[in-house]
Amino acid sequence: MIRLDRVSKHYPGQQAPAISELSLDIAAGEIVVLLGPSGCGKTTTLRLINRLIEPSSGRVLLDGEDVTQADPDQLRRRIGYVIQQVGLFPHLTVADNIGLVPRTLGWDKKRIRERVDTLLDLIGLDPAAFRRRYPRELSGGQQQRVGVARALAADPPVMLMDEPFGAIDPITRERLQDEFLDLQAKIRKTIVLVTHDVTEAVKLGDRIALFGEQARTAQYDTPAAILAAPADDFVASFIGSGAAIRGLRLVPVGTLPLDPVDVVTEDPARDDPAREDMAREDPAGAGAEDAGGAPRAVLVGADGRPRRWLRPPARPDAGTDPAAALVREAPSPCGSTVRFVSSG
Amino acid sequence: MSFAEYISERWPDIVVLTTEHAQVVLTAIAIASVVGVAAGIAVAGRPRAGALVLGVTGTMLTIPSFALFGLLIPLLGLGSGPTVTALVLYAVFPILRNTVTGLESVPRAVEDAARGLGLGRWERVRRVRLPLAWPVVLAGVRTATLMCVGIAAIAAAVSGPGLGELIFGGLARIGGANALNDALAGTLGVALLALALDLLFVVVGRLTTSRGIA
Repeated sequence: MIRLDRVSKHYPGQQAPAISELSLDIAAGEIVVLLGPSGCGKTTTLRLINRLIEPSSGRVLLDGEDVTQADPDQLRRRIGYVIQQVGLFPHLTVADNIGLVPRTLGWDKKRIRERVDTLLDLIGLDPAAFRRRYPRELSGGQQQRVGVARALAADPPVMLMDEPFGAIDPITRERLQDEFLDLQAKIRKTIVLVTHDVTEAVKLGDRIALFGEQARTAQYDTPAAILAAPADDFVASFIGSGAAIRGLRLVPVGTLPLDPVDVVTEDPARDDPAREDMAREDPAGAGAEDAGGAPRAVLVGADGRPRRWLRPPARPDAGTDPAAALVREAPSPCGSTVRFVSSG
Repeated sequence: MSFAEYISERWPDIVVLTTEHAQVVLTAIAIASVVGVAAGIAVAGRPRAGALVLGVTGTMLTIPSFALFGLLIPLLGLGSGPTVTALVLYAVFPILRNTVTGLESVPRAVEDAARGLGLGRWERVRRVRLPLAWPVVLAGVRTATLMCVGIAAIAAAVSGPGLGELIFGGLARIGGANALNDALAGTLGVALLALALDLLFVVVGRLTTSRGIA
């Protein structure tokens, strides 16, 4: 759907190019997240696609058509654009904000009104209540949703989103992200989204393009693949030590294999029940049950709630077990932790 | 003759002069608004062109109005011609300056979004930037109008229309019959006209400014 073909961007007076020979293929109907540290050129890349920034060299193909020569305003009407600061027009009502592009395209009033109401429904704002409000009468989250509706107004096949949830408080952000995914399931646009937030990238992206300096693609793959097998040290350090935990987001709990585990009940009368209990167990016997992995048991408190994992101290290879690594990173164990035990 | 008697007798003349005064000011403001706003749109976002145009129009303000009216006589003669021309020259600066300020204070995000949505340069000016700058532009027009109401009184020096006639006539004959009443009526008329036009702009501002930015 979108193809960047050896695109470079040089700014005059700067030695290093902002973007150097970037090639990227984005398939129709998928969300591709451009992820990377500040100044890596991900926003520049996004703005090259709708030519808010003109490339110095290379081609940008939209649906097979080279758009580097097209009329930029015509091009942008085929591409939805959402930015972090939203940029709603403060002097226009919600309806007029959404209807502005259709109006410049010469739609008749009735059609615009219907489109506005459809979009307000789609983003979960009651048309009757919100149509006539002004942007300043909306919360940040509502503004962002109207921004998305405005970008969708002329039904463009492509959407560009520059940190769309960056300025939203964490709780609303989570909700907007969920709504966004629901929305995308309905509208199936080709979406390019810029973020520096790994968690957001993993959650939203069908594929992630992880950029280094000058928009050099360090890795371009599905979130699961990037988390499981970082291409190099840069990728590994960028996705960070929490990669395994983030990976859990991608796996529905119900699909994980469920293994039996030994349970050891804590005895409050003893100082260190764990060590002693484990010491009394035969490590080899436990290991036999857990093929290839470390033997383990769950320490359960007197109230029946899991406390932590127990493993025999004498097994040096225990630390390499991915599941073990997972659990060590997990926040304080809760009831469901037990379910994450995989057979390795 | 007391001032009250004078007013009741000369009332029709005063109304005519006041109307003329308002006409000449509003004509000049209309022309200056078109020129100032157009020039403002042209130079907004271009610092060097902006500085040049603001410098030139700003310099106009430093020319004493009496001198400017006099300088225009050889070019335009007497009457309404030089009056309106001089008023336009004075009025352009505040309107231009406020237009530039208003257009340049449109938030970057709004401008960026407008561009990203595919609005062309002219559409952005018409549908986004000018409506957002409008309260500031209007404030400039208001300032220019009040200034011109005062300056227009001086236009009587070039036989211009308006209340200046009363003021100049009265002052020239000071001590004579009704001289003081003439001058007083002219001065009060100018002040009341300024007040009325100021109120007019408040109303126009209310009516033409979007509720979203008011």
